[in-house]
Amino acid sequence: MSPEILLQFCVAGVTYGVVYGVVAIGFTIIYNTTGIINFAQGEFLMLGAMTAVSLHRHLPLPLAIAGAVAATMAVGALIEVLFIRWLHRPSVLRMIMITIGVSILVREAALHVWDEKSHALPHFTGDAVSALALGGAKISPQALWVVGVCGVMVLALSAFFRATRLGRQMRACALNRDAARLCGINARNMVTFSFVLSAGMGALAGCVVSPITYVQYDSGTGLAIKGFTAAILGGLGSTAGAAAGGLVLGLLESFSVWALPAAYKDAVAIAIMLGVLFVRPSGILGSAEAARLREH
Amino acid sequence: MRTLSRMLVLAVCLVLAAAGAAAAADTIKVGAILAVTGPAAFLGAPEAKTLEMLAAETNAAGGIKGMKVELLIKDSGGDAEKALSLAKQLVEEEKVFAVLGPSTSGESMKIKQYLEDNATLLISCAAAEAITTPVLKWVFKTPQNDANAVRWIFADLKKKGLTKVGVLNSNTGFGKAGRGQLEKLAPEFGIEIVIAEEYDKAAVDLDDVVTKLKAKDVQAVVNWSIEPAQSKVPVSVRKLGWNVPVYQSHGFGNIKYAEACGVASNGVLFPAGRLLVADVLPDANPQKALLVKYKKDYEAFAKEAASTFGGHAYDAYTLLAKAIEVGGADKENARTALENLKGFIGTAGIFNFSPTDHNGLGMDAFEMLTVDANGKDCKFVLAK
Repeated sequence: MSPEILLQFCVAGVTYGVVYGVVAIGFTIIYNTTGIINFAQGEFLMLGAMTAVSLHRHLPLPLAIAGAVAATMAVGALIEVLFIRWLHRPSVLRMIMITIGVSILVREAALHVWDEKSHALPHFTGDAVSALALGGAKISPQALWVVGVCGVMVLALSAFFRATRLGRQMRACALNRDAARLCGINARNMVTFSFVLSAGMGALAGCVVSPITYVQYDSGTGLAIKGFTAAILGGLGSTAGAAAGGLVLGLLESFSVWALPAAYKDAVAIAIMLGVLFVRPSGILGSAEAARLREH
Repeated sequence: MRTLSRMLVLAVCLVLAAAGAAAAADTIKVGAILAVTGPAAFLGAPEAKTLEMLAAETNAAGGIKGMKVELLIKDSGGDAEKALSLAKQLVEEEKVFAVLGPSTSGESMKIKQYLEDNATLLISCAAAEAITTPVLKWVFKTPQNDANAVRWIFADLKKKGLTKVGVLNSNTGFGKAGRGQLEKLAPEFGIEIVIAEEYDKAAVDLDDVVTKLKAKDVQAVVNWSIEPAQSKVPVSVRKLGWNVPVYQSHGFGNIKYAEACGVASNGVLFPAGRLLVADVLPDANPQKALLVKYKKDYEAFAKEAASTFGGHAYDAYTLLAKAIEVGGADKENARTALENLKGFIGTAGIFNFSPTDHNGLGMDAFEMLTVDANGKDCKFVLAK
């Protein structure tokens, strides 16, 4: 295999990997504050992109995206307030059923609000076929947008968790909810906020990738499975792990296409997820000890 | 006295039953299983709108031989299992006269034996040749055969002197059947398929698969798919700075697919029926009047551009109406009438059915089309 082809596979892998990473981080944020996997995570990407497409008919692109992110954040808050907040110490199984139910609800609502067709925002710079040469490989400017925006988002999130009062309160809730409450932190609001944050990130990622991937009412499910795999791969609960898990998954998928028939691409992701769950349930970057403690 | 009252009850029942039968004879129930939502919605949605439009037209004009059409459209979401359970519902509970659809080849293959076993007409809107080969007594289909689409593409490649091709297909019934035909017919035309790859119908990006093809140095890319993912093939090819001809199947016949490719759609070649280029056909073409009328009616009714897929439903409906007109409201007679129909002008071509041919279309049902995306909008034009 020539170096150009190798590089081209890397470019493709990193582009999807970053998106998987962002979905995985969305899972992580909610998992940390509530201990549940929000299976409606992929729907946030779909909602963000679909809303932006609709708004872009009347507004310039940056405003449409900002509006879509804000609207999706509101939906995230609404979901938490309507379906999660009033539950008193719900079992994990019940929470999973609820989030799966919400994902179906959002999907069907999107089918009625929009339609069954696939939509996309215009490319932020250039058009569908413009590409920059990188070594011998070609990279579309939109892929750079995806990597850039998602990269900045991850860095900003990490700064937010470390440097702001709200971020520290969320981390405190993640570490020990009861102790955080004793310190005067409103744990319920933190949960709502984790949904808002996760919805906002998902919506922004959805907007940035839509020119490449297109979006329709049911595109959330596939992304959620990949994002969940990335989150497991990186060790549930670790933001850095989720980002790394996404990149690893993207690259593995991309190189699997080179090595195996392309038809097995999705099977690779599922095989990786099962393998990690069997062999190292704490994930590659996660600590086995922390995972055990969390279960008690 | 008791016997008398019993006889009275019986008589009343008989009268009511006769009245019921008379009422039933005034309407004819037609079922349709279409992928109105889901990954094949680009097919099913225009098909559903076309059938609604036609049924309303028929009923406003007094029905077929005085019988009103009661149309029951069921959404399968493109899922073969669901299509089968809907077929059972339509046949067993609704007792429909005939079933139109399904939209996709996978669904049609799944349900055809059931309709055959229950002696109910199925007029499929899906393309795979395997649907009507071997011929089943009760199963017909309206789109052109994929084998003929393959022949058109290979003939075009041969004309251009290209022999080494890379094949892509989606993992659906349509994609797999097309790939089978490509592999079967390639030796006949002296074409070598250097690499063939399958991708998921919901794939978000195809850069990696296309990179793999590019590494094999093929002279043309042939893609067989009917889902929106097919738009990503020309995009990836052009983005990677690769200048080979890109051929799509007749599943590309919706202008939205071309629009989704943006400028990358320019020059994409695909065989298709004449509906997409109805306006530029010579007036002498026997299909022209019908095509222009359907296009105009559909665009006024659905407020979107007409596609070949809606045309397949148009053909299925008008063929059924013709069969009922000739054979009457008897399933067996209508079936025989359909099987013997010759020279019927439809959107896909001119149908000539026979007991050994339940598709009825030949090579002449296709034209090689291409996309002109040089202007502001994409449009389909006849390839030179």
